[in-house]
Amino acid sequence: MELYQGSLNVKEIFGRWLDEESKSNYGAYIPFIGTVRAEESIEALSFDIYEPILQHWFNGWVEKAKSKGAKVKMAHAIGDVPIHTSSYISAVFSPKRRVALELIDEFVEDFKANAPIWKYDIIDSKRVYAEDRSKPMSGSGILAKREDI
Amino acid sequence: MVKIEFLGPISREPLEIEANSLEDIAKALQEINEISGWLDKCAVAINDNMTNDLSTKLKSGDRVSILPPVCGG
Repeated sequence: MELYQGSLNVKEIFGRWLDEESKSNYGAYIPFIGTVRAEESIEALSFDIYEPILQHWFNGWVEKAKSKGAKVKMAHAIGDVPIHTSSYISAVFSPKRRVALELIDEFVEDFKANAPIWKYDIIDSKRVYAEDRSKPMSGSGILAKREDI
Repeated sequence: MVKIEFLGPISREPLEIEANSLEDIAKALQEINEISGWLDKCAVAINDNMTNDLSTKLKSGDRVSILPPVCGG
């Protein structure tokens, strides 16, 4: 897992990952690139990350992938990421394509649901929590009063 | 004392309170106006391990993290 201040250097990271696994005998390498889109008046997105829990979450996926003979990798940006640049990339390597295709789907979806990362829109240079696109993590709400749940 | 940290957009300094269980933390946070509105959508970690058991016991020095809704990528 790799974290960077600002936009990701996608070509460098994917190229390096390819080199790292060049002799690992994986038949499939499936990359995913998340790019910040221009929407409404957004100038950039910005991210907060809580690294200790993100690392636990990622380690769980490393083990899950390993049990299928596969490997997962990811990189994410911290702080501001301008439109048309990348904030998140991930990849799955596996001996055969089917495992990698299924894993990249599950891995990216679980990332969206349970990685401790908070997104903000940068509008007029102000940082606004992207509340409408954010989702409560698994197990949320246990501290609320019963009637609030 | 148990330390409570508020992550991401809940911009608030950490709190330190006496608590023997997560239930004590819940009661204390429900009394704080700026925080109570977040609780129904927040997840909880103790010493960086996610938990969903309100009866979990706490000891002095434990660290409880409050995690609001996420959106990575």
